[in-house]
Amino acid sequence: MQIEELKIKITALFPTVVFAEGTQWLTLNIEPTEWLPLAKQLRNEDALYFDFLSCLTCVDWKTHLTMVYHLDSTKYRHTIVVKVKLDAAKPEIETVSTIWKTAESHEREVYEMFGVNFLNHPDLRLMILPDGWEGKNPLRKDFEDPINMIRL
Amino acid sequence: MVEELGITTEGDLQINVGPQHPATHGVLHLILTLNGETIKKVEPHLGYIHRSIEKMCESLTYRQFSYVTSRMDYLSSHINNNACALVVEKAMQIEVPERAKVIRVLVDELTRIASHELWWGAMAMDLGAFTPFFHAFRERESINDIMEETCGARLTMNYIVPGGLMQDIHPDFQKRVKHFIQLYKSKIDEYNEMVTGNIIFQNRMKGVGILSAEDAISYGVTGPAARGSGVSCDVRKMYPYEIYDKLDFNEVLETGCDSFARYMVRIREMNESVKIIEQLIDNIPEGDYQAKTKAVLKLPKGEFYQRVETARGELGVYIVSEGGTTPYRIKFRSPGFSNLSALDHMARGSKLGDLVAMMGTLDLVIPDIDR
Repeated sequence: MQIEELKIKITALFPTVVFAEGTQWLTLNIEPTEWLPLAKQLRNEDALYFDFLSCLTCVDWKTHLTMVYHLDSTKYRHTIVVKVKLDAAKPEIETVSTIWKTAESHEREVYEMFGVNFLNHPDLRLMILPDGWEGKNPLRKDFEDPINMIRL
Repeated sequence: MVEELGITTEGDLQINVGPQHPATHGVLHLILTLNGETIKKVEPHLGYIHRSIEKMCESLTYRQFSYVTSRMDYLSSHINNNACALVVEKAMQIEVPERAKVIRVLVDELTRIASHELWWGAMAMDLGAFTPFFHAFRERESINDIMEETCGARLTMNYIVPGGLMQDIHPDFQKRVKHFIQLYKSKIDEYNEMVTGNIIFQNRMKGVGILSAEDAISYGVTGPAARGSGVSCDVRKMYPYEIYDKLDFNEVLETGCDSFARYMVRIREMNESVKIIEQLIDNIPEGDYQAKTKAVLKLPKGEFYQRVETARGELGVYIVSEGGTTPYRIKFRSPGFSNLSALDHMARGSKLGDLVAMMGTLDLVIPDIDR
């Protein structure tokens, strides 16, 4: 029931979004350029009120990257998942750290692990990897390190 | 010359706390910008204990991957294992026997008490009182003994597996848990007498590290740290798993928004955990402790997410499956990582000495942050 209601509300605001089928929560697929305006609406619209960004991560599909955002509302207790497809060669997306402050550190983690460039991020630096790290991004599928083997 | 010493032109001083510092409880490295004794900025530098658990899991099977999660938040290893078991069971639609569910909740809550007890001892030690640490460890030790008997391990349990439990409980389990509950009840007043009511302790905690409810939500803070700001976020209540929806317990909320409120949440939460254990310990149903599952687990293609309430907050396990025996991608949304992101905001403008109280009440476990 809740999923259907949410679907109607979001379609009213953004007629172009595509919903995925057969998922645990309502899942939206959108383009990178649509993300920032959508995020602002999701956060500020009274009927939606997604104020809690619980999980921000990225998946490497070799041909492209997908950013995955799990959003919750502490007021209505509903959840949605937003997925944004990025170009694998030049992954770029707007930061949402101005909307949800926790995104700042989560985006830094994705930046070093996947090489995603977050536009307008206030402080996009390495956090986990050692200073002066050169080489591939560790959580990409093509990353191999023969000295410090991660794959068992 | 001045810049080499880390002093900027405005007279700010940069100092390093950690990575080897007793108050950080592990290898956390903070770079502080100070003006006199006032904190202007806190920059966490992570990675000293990063083992790349997410990458490792991509080559581990669904039976193996929960073992490494015991090494994430090592103080709530049962709860981490429980999250992994739940996500696999949800994806494969495995029905877990009632006996296993009850025992899972029992060991989860015992872990929560053990974790909060260690936190309590370490917290008092951070603020200069050494004795409480030994008191806390006395009780925690008896939980560890119970775990050792049943699981064979004292810290990295790996007792909860997809489908149920690794083995049945030890015949003495119920007797010893009841004994522990008795012991705990006789000692909790001692805790409050020694630390909670202590005026020096209260002065160091009250009004320190203010985190408003809006900021707690925006920074993604969960667990006792958020409940100290009055944010209702207990996963056991909001999104019940196992048998939590059938149990009688309260979500502990404090509205002080300061370190003392967060302290009180944890103290009261231990009593709630004891309440849960008392409801269940005499009512463990008979039957199997494990569902019949195939030797090799294969998850259907798709995405699966499960959240649980660890001693530190909301742990999320996100699995992307391509239909094979290993996950394509796995992400652990660890509570510590999000809670740490609020530290800079909390610490700005306060004195250097108060930083320890803030870090203590966020209850940071570094392997949980780094993963």
